[in-house]
Amino acid sequence: MLSGWLQIALTLLIVGAIAPFLGRYMARAFQGPDWLPERWLYRQIRHRTDEPMTGGQYLRAVLASNLAIGLVGLGAFWLQDRLPLNPTGLGAPNWDLAVHTIASFLTNTDQQHYSGETAITYGSQVGILGYLLFFSAATGLAVGIAFIRGLSGQPLGNFYRDLTRSITRVLLPLSLPIALLLLLNGVPETLAGPAIASTLEGATQAIARGPVAHFEAIKQLGENGGGFFAINSAHPFENPNNFTNSLEIVAMLAIPTSLIFTYGEISQNRRQAWWLFGLVGSIFLGLVALSAIAEWQGNPTLAPGPNLEGKEQRFGWAQTALWAVTTTATMCGAVNGMHDSLMPGSGLATLLGLFLQMVWGGQGTGTAYLYVFLILTVFLTGLMVGRTPEFLGRKIEKREIILASAILLVHPVFVLIPGAIALAFPEQLAGISNPGFHGVSQVIYEYASAAANNGSGFEGLGDGTLWWNLSATVSMLAGRYLPIAALLLLADGMAQKQPAPATSGTLRTDTFLFTTVTGVTILILGLLTFFPVLALGPIAEGFALR
Amino acid sequence: MNNLAKKMRRTPGGPRSQRRHTPKVSHQGLYGRAVQQAFWKLDPRQAVHNPVMFVVWLGTVVTLLLTIAPDLFGSLADPNARTVNGAIALILLATVWFANLAEAIAEGRGKAQADALRATKADTIARRLLPDGSEEAVAASRLQRGDRVRVSAGDMIPADGEVLAGVASVDESAITGESAPVLKEPGSDTASSVTGGTRIVSDELTIRVTADPGQGFIDRMIALVEGAERRKTPNEIALTVLLAVLTQVFLLAIATLPPVAAYVQSPASIAILIALLVALIPTTIGGLLSAIGIAGMDRVAQFNVIATSGRAVEACGDINTLLLDKTGTITLGNRLAEQFIPVGGHPIDTVARVAWAASWFDQTPEGKSIVRLAEKLSDRPHPTPEGATGLDFSARTRMSGTDLPDGTEFRKGAVDAIKGFARSRGGSIPADLDAAFEQVSRLGGTPLAVCENDQIYGVIYLKDMIKPGIRERFDQLRRMGIRTVMLTGDNRITAEVIAREAGVDDFIAEATPEDKIAAIQREQAQGKLVAMTGDGTNDAPALAQANVGVAMNSGTQAAKEAANMVDLDSDPTKLIDIVTIGKQLLMTRGALTTFSIANDVAKYFAIIPALFASIGLGPLNVMGLTSPNSAVLSALIYNALIIPALVPLALRGVAFRPLSADRLLQRNILVYGLGGTIAPFIAIKAIDLAIGPLVG
Repeated sequence: MLSGWLQIALTLLIVGAIAPFLGRYMARAFQGPDWLPERWLYRQIRHRTDEPMTGGQYLRAVLASNLAIGLVGLGAFWLQDRLPLNPTGLGAPNWDLAVHTIASFLTNTDQQHYSGETAITYGSQVGILGYLLFFSAATGLAVGIAFIRGLSGQPLGNFYRDLTRSITRVLLPLSLPIALLLLLNGVPETLAGPAIASTLEGATQAIARGPVAHFEAIKQLGENGGGFFAINSAHPFENPNNFTNSLEIVAMLAIPTSLIFTYGEISQNRRQAWWLFGLVGSIFLGLVALSAIAEWQGNPTLAPGPNLEGKEQRFGWAQTALWAVTTTATMCGAVNGMHDSLMPGSGLATLLGLFLQMVWGGQGTGTAYLYVFLILTVFLTGLMVGRTPEFLGRKIEKREIILASAILLVHPVFVLIPGAIALAFPEQLAGISNPGFHGVSQVIYEYASAAANNGSGFEGLGDGTLWWNLSATVSMLAGRYLPIAALLLLADGMAQKQPAPATSGTLRTDTFLFTTVTGVTILILGLLTFFPVLALGPIAEGFALR
Repeated sequence: MNNLAKKMRRTPGGPRSQRRHTPKVSHQGLYGRAVQQAFWKLDPRQAVHNPVMFVVWLGTVVTLLLTIAPDLFGSLADPNARTVNGAIALILLATVWFANLAEAIAEGRGKAQADALRATKADTIARRLLPDGSEEAVAASRLQRGDRVRVSAGDMIPADGEVLAGVASVDESAITGESAPVLKEPGSDTASSVTGGTRIVSDELTIRVTADPGQGFIDRMIALVEGAERRKTPNEIALTVLLAVLTQVFLLAIATLPPVAAYVQSPASIAILIALLVALIPTTIGGLLSAIGIAGMDRVAQFNVIATSGRAVEACGDINTLLLDKTGTITLGNRLAEQFIPVGGHPIDTVARVAWAASWFDQTPEGKSIVRLAEKLSDRPHPTPEGATGLDFSARTRMSGTDLPDGTEFRKGAVDAIKGFARSRGGSIPADLDAAFEQVSRLGGTPLAVCENDQIYGVIYLKDMIKPGIRERFDQLRRMGIRTVMLTGDNRITAEVIAREAGVDDFIAEATPEDKIAAIQREQAQGKLVAMTGDGTNDAPALAQANVGVAMNSGTQAAKEAANMVDLDSDPTKLIDIVTIGKQLLMTRGALTTFSIANDVAKYFAIIPALFASIGLGPLNVMGLTSPNSAVLSALIYNALIIPALVPLALRGVAFRPLSADRLLQRNILVYGLGGTIAPFIAIKAIDLAIGPLVG
């Protein structure tokens, strides 16, 4: 038991040690001058990347590039049976599955309604999905950096340059050593087809393999989470041992934890960065504790002992609980165990991560959500000190409130409405495997995961159907692009405001008091919306088990 | 802090002795009318203007239908459904009515205030001058901007305007409460503007009307305090947006609940879902929001200040820098001559004679005090010579004086101005002039040099008195994060001494009108909001440039036109009170919004376990409420009663203390955030104990 808690503590200590340094590195990486190879790249695309974009231009660049790459990816995926690197002779996907899969990887969600081994060719895994793993993560990171710049009163920057730098300076340099470490620990990287083995009984068995190691590294680092194999990081070829498990957890947390410090550097507000890191860290620790205690105590109606259902023996309850909370908090969505088998407490913790979206949050966007909550808190508390509320000296006015509120509204709309429709027609649509409270959790989790661009599945749903593919696609697209649009416009508006100098009448946002108030506001605004479904899902299930 | 300063902080408009006028506001029958008004406001066409309360209004209609036909949305197991639905409908109706009542009371008080203001401008018949010089009688309310009217002794001045011709004394007591009549004449800085509603007591004036009907200062203030044309301020709009979004979020959370509830075999009653919705949406702040705004303008009027918009009042709360004229604001009215200091070896009585000669035509209190001091020092009388002409002081030359027919020029003025004058006449500068200048400046006085042609004779020491209690007010402002800058025509040394004694943060000495605008622009370029007070015509550009400009009622029409506020008492320190009102307005909104949202936690814990009692959510009933029906009704009754309970706070405003923002936040979070979380738990439990036995 003690070793389980120690494992959790050690992994998180490593993350805490890395974050300030990586954060500072990223600030320099995005604010510094071009490198020679980058300049060569920009010349090839004949684009003036040194010209900063307005919010509208940045947004158009994000949407246009995402649409173009999405369409190309969709076309290639459809034709995968005729493209190279298809050793097992797989066929073309259904149209709805293809749309769902491409939308899923394009939006950094990586929700999977298929099994990688039997549905996707090596060509598609490497060429389409592998490309999207980098591209979607880089898009998110670029938006996050642009948002931070805008809040700090700087021009938003150039999307194509930020996108390039995300890949050349952050994602590639970090995922290479991770991939090598995975390779050393036995993760395969091959283009050969499945290995055919003879078992002890004399039967033959096909063992799926493929170019996994490089895919796994960016899948974790870029908060993507779309596994090469159906069971994701529970598969020994994706995540063979305790070392790789910890490495993959650290990889999930590395960028979103560091971005808070990147904000501190770019806005010259290091003190506030530390407070916010502490705030988000405390919420995260609370969720980890909620889940770990639930798993450690296990199911009271069974024999005493930790809950080991749906877990890999090599990871045990502690590493699985830590992973489950990390993957839902960071919007990675990779899994190393069956979330359907988690205790209700863990179900609650994972759902909370998906609802709040800022407990580290997605690549780039999660940090931005944190500041949206901060802006809303500044508005409420700023009024209470008798001034027009301001953040970093810039006034929060009607436009900011509209955009921040839009972000607040997107999530419930695209989680609760489709969830209610699915539950209204459980026979026709939902395909729930465990009726009752657990079924509510399954359905709400699926849409929360889609709208938050997380991608993990509670599983247990028959989700490969037309309804699930299309409704989840809508939630993913809306959950990705509407907030991005609002974030960029918000940052643009803030950047153009004249900052007022701070006086003793100005509300300081880098204090313990303000940070605490922000934390409470986040919990209240985030939870009030979802309290009824949480009550009917994991909370009711928890009471029923007692 | 001395007693006077304390008094100034507590009483609106400063101590009673310094106030000139209090509008007589009658609150008779106000509450009776408000109770009626609250019913009229149930009209859906009016209710729709407040999105939060309109949701409650719609909820009332639906629950009413469910009382008449409980099976409207499918039959329910609860045999008491009709009674419960009826009770919910009644409480919801009461909630809407309470919100209406809050607004009606605020409007009623505003109307009373408006009536008091309106009494100052009884409708009169004006004599309008036609182009051919003839007169026609026309109702004062129909006068247009640019019309010329003639008024004679005994007439009421029909509209705000500027004197074109004539000299007359005007009784302005209706506006200012000052009983002594004031002289009005054309062309003068302060004496050429007249206000509608004042009475001319002697002679005759021709006036050009400067405001269209209904656009005068008083008209605008009446419209503001009545709340009729109250436009929402930017902060209020942003808050309304946030409240509307919160309402939509909760609408979504509740509207998607029935299928989920049905799926877990615990179908929810529509009436109880509506009850939950109403409990969650921010009805407390939604119901009180307009009352807070109206009451704020009402408070401004009580301070005898006329604001042109609510926006200007709220902008006061954001002020970073306050520019104040020294004279009349920081120092008591006028400076008096205290001493003559001879220079260049001239005897003192010669200095007195030259000072006297330079002040023959000076009718300012300073000039008269120089004459008095000179008379005291000299035994020989100095009659004004035949044919002598006076030269008025101007901000540009910074000197005044007398010219004799024989070409002799007597001048007195700022030391460097006189130096320049003497040099231009070919004179030399006495070596001890600078020493005398410094001697006076170090005493905090104003040194005026006097000369006859090219000869500088000496320096007059004009003494300044700093107003008692002013230092404490500046300390308050500093704690609120507001920097004070003193504007003065004095030299640097004098300005520095007075600035230090009065406790202002900065000063601008030898300030010209251009300097004032430049100072404002410099502050604004740094992103600061600037307020300034002024009265002269040459203050008008600076008043317009400042984010908040407060003109004195005694000031010129141009200054009043350029300002966003006019202080009827002409008390420049009043700005500090308006800053407080502006801050209170924002604080009250913020505090009640926080309170409203914090309340939701307790309401969830009351209603959710009651709504889903059958599926084992009992442990969530942390308050141990008697029964599901009692829990729902208790939460709703609390939700309704909290509105009238907070009406006094909404009208009075959250108490403001001159503390730093962090300390204020700490205080208000504790009271309205933490208090708002805990109070409903206690109150709902108490209501449940009371009604539990009845509901069963």
